[in-house]
Amino acid sequence: MITLNHYLILSGVLFAIGLMGIMTRRNVLMILLCIELMFNAANLAFVAFARAWNDLGGQMIVFFVITVAAAEVTVGLAIAILMARRLRTLNADEANSLKW
Amino acid sequence: MTHTIFFYVFAGILVAASLSVVLNRQPVYSVLSLLVAMLCLAALFVMLGAFFVAALQILLYAGAVLVLFLFVIMLLNLAPETLPRMRPLTRRGLGLAAAVLFVVEWVWLLNQSPLPVTLPKESASLGSVEEIGRQLFTTYLLPFELTSFLILAAIIGAVTLAKGLWDRE
Repeated sequence: MITLNHYLILSGVLFAIGLMGIMTRRNVLMILLCIELMFNAANLAFVAFARAWNDLGGQMIVFFVITVAAAEVTVGLAIAILMARRLRTLNADEANSLKW
Repeated sequence: MTHTIFFYVFAGILVAASLSVVLNRQPVYSVLSLLVAMLCLAALFVMLGAFFVAALQILLYAGAVLVLFLFVIMLLNLAPETLPRMRPLTRRGLGLAAAVLFVVEWVWLLNQSPLPVTLPKESASLGSVEEIGRQLFTTYLLPFELTSFLILAAIIGAVTLAKGLWDRE
């Protein structure tokens, strides 16, 4: 019998994997990819809650999260391309011109 | 019973694919693993009765976002990531420790939460396109309009960045 907790734990594991990726990877594109993974973990939790309470609100917010993720990826990838052009690197550690 | 089997199959593939996203050295393989993860997630959404969201997941993530990622990776012609010399071991250890800590806390929290444990009987209309469309244009009309502003801002931002106004110096 699959319960709500199964879905929530799966969502938490997914989120933790994304978190691990953000902390270990240094490539800007990989960091963006891991953020996508974390967005999806949150989406899974929202849909599971929508099912548990028979309330459509959880599914509606997934719709908005997907939109926000798409907007974020568009701007983020444009910044990544600019960074590759100007700094000749995609390593997040080397983008340190704000560091005094 | 079939629900249980399918849940474990898709959850297993999902976790394996996400680990492959994080651990793969080649960015292209990471993106393709994320594609597998998205498809499994769409399957889980279908099992939860969210048919429209599952379709959106495939259309928007697999169809648009990941293709954008692939375009950029091919455009930049990325080499496999070279790990930095600077204490890679501590950084990886920290990442792993944070992830494990998060999962442990999460499971502990769920074990003593007053959430309803069993899922209620499935209602046919939950997650249908008709019901979502009705809610989207009545209850959630204002957020829906605001997302169009958000997308407009993203378009303007992307075009401004792509035109290279910052490259001029």
